[in-house]
Amino acid sequence: MLSPEERREIEEELAHYPVRRAACIDALRIVQKHRGWVSDDAVRDIAELLGTSPDDIDSVATFYNLIFRKPVGRHVIMVCDSVSCWIMGYDRARDHLQSRLGVGMGQTTADGRFTLLPVVCLGACDRAPTMIVDGKLHGGLSPQKIDEVLERYK
Amino acid sequence: METPLTAKIRPDGTMVDLAAYERAGGYEAARKAMRMSPAEITEEVKKSNLRGRGGAGFPTGQKWSFVPLGPDAPRPKYLVANGDEMEPGTFKDRVLLEGDPHGLLEGMIVAARAIEADRGYIFLRGEYTDAAERLERALQEAGAKGYLGKNIFGSGSDFDLRLHLSGGRYMCGEETGLLNALEGKRANPRAKPPFPQVSGLFGKPTIVQNIETLSNVPHIIAKGAEWFKGLALTPDAGTKLYGASGKVKKPGCWELPMGTPMRELLDVYAGGMREGVKFRGVLPGGASTDFLTVDHLDVPMDFTQVAKAGSRLGTGTMIVLDDKTCPVGMVHNLTHFFSQESCGWCTPCWSGLRWAEEMLWAIEEGRGSASDLDRLGYICGMMAPGNTFCALAPGAAEPIQSALKFFRDDFERHLRYKHCPWRDGR
Repeated sequence: MLSPEERREIEEELAHYPVRRAACIDALRIVQKHRGWVSDDAVRDIAELLGTSPDDIDSVATFYNLIFRKPVGRHVIMVCDSVSCWIMGYDRARDHLQSRLGVGMGQTTADGRFTLLPVVCLGACDRAPTMIVDGKLHGGLSPQKIDEVLERYK
Repeated sequence: METPLTAKIRPDGTMVDLAAYERAGGYEAARKAMRMSPAEITEEVKKSNLRGRGGAGFPTGQKWSFVPLGPDAPRPKYLVANGDEMEPGTFKDRVLLEGDPHGLLEGMIVAARAIEADRGYIFLRGEYTDAAERLERALQEAGAKGYLGKNIFGSGSDFDLRLHLSGGRYMCGEETGLLNALEGKRANPRAKPPFPQVSGLFGKPTIVQNIETLSNVPHIIAKGAEWFKGLALTPDAGTKLYGASGKVKKPGCWELPMGTPMRELLDVYAGGMREGVKFRGVLPGGASTDFLTVDHLDVPMDFTQVAKAGSRLGTGTMIVLDDKTCPVGMVHNLTHFFSQESCGWCTPCWSGLRWAEEMLWAIEEGRGSASDLDRLGYICGMMAPGNTFCALAPGAAEPIQSALKFFRDDFERHLRYKHCPWRDGR
């Protein structure tokens, strides 16, 4: 069941498109904002609200890098693995994150604090290597800088 | 040296709000445009020789002139700002979106007038959270003043503008993929014709335009086409936001006259190479452009001259390859990106890129064979323009084919030694 708040926010978006299904990405983002991820039930509920099929919504949900179809940790770390960051030391940043958190890419720490994911170019190549944590950008990642950033997310 | 795009941007990175924007002369171009006819605006932009800054360099005024005008034109018509900056190595539109969002809004108001658009969307990549906050604030400020919404500037025309945050996929930056994404679908490309200018978003006439392109428009209207052409060192008019990343001393983004030589960008603005590394090559305009080498450093960075040198200006943001970085590893990284981001619509793209990625990894790991290099060349041919609906695969082929040309020795050394000569401990 969509919460009244989710429903209200999605309906607000619907007003800005001439067809209901156009609000599908907005709806997925809204649900994820409230719950952290998008469950099968949420896909069905969104489909019903937008007047389309769950498969249709899922085909869109699974297309996008920022929509999570599995539960994630309290904080989501996305490390840029594209070319400029790769040149500037992505491997080192990734290895440090993995050993520090004790998880591999795509995994969540046992305490549910962090999920670690790769992401494509974050458009901050002058600050490479980079990552985003809960949408906030962090650049110039050395092992020390990574440790400092992680401390801020409990 | 004039820097119209970035002159208002604050050094501390805070947003130029509406009051500050107007104190600096902002929204005067929009007022002037309201006194001009749509055809007059388009004519001025045509004369200015403004070319699209998203990468393709299509003449902006010409694009607008394909939109049907007048009372019989289909309605509503749409104007979409493409803020899906996802080309690896590219970080120029972010500067404008975060620093001067009203500059984009004013550009959109003028462009909307030129094509008689009723509705607009700013399509923004979801990762640009700071830009999203600032755009929302700018939209509220402009709406409250009557610059957006009903009867804007008392002109009798409406322009409803809305921010759309993407779910994150490279394909959304492709013009027709973006339109599908805005319609709530997967961002697969569409067949052309019909072109979006005639049948685009929701089947209505639509113009999709890059952020930097739109941000130039108010200045052209305020100061004229001749002034705009005079900003450039070459006939490809205006200024350009250039950038450099990789192992240069001062990676960054700079607004400079269009046609600034690559050598000046790299040596003066980027400060040259870091200590201990040497320049080997450069992707001049993002991941999907052909490598250029030390022989091309004097090329003026504009659409025409970079094309003559065998590559593309693309987004104008350079990715530098140094002698301590493996060219095969770099091309594998690029191909992995394109393979992952391919939407799967066209076989040469999803199949060719996956195949190329695996082969490049085999070569990098020392498992390659001599015939792999010919096979990579064959795949690049298969992904050539005309074989796919959009430019993703042809763009992906550019770094591969040019690396095979300029760094062939390095590929062959991987084959001969059966490992990567750059990796530690070997």
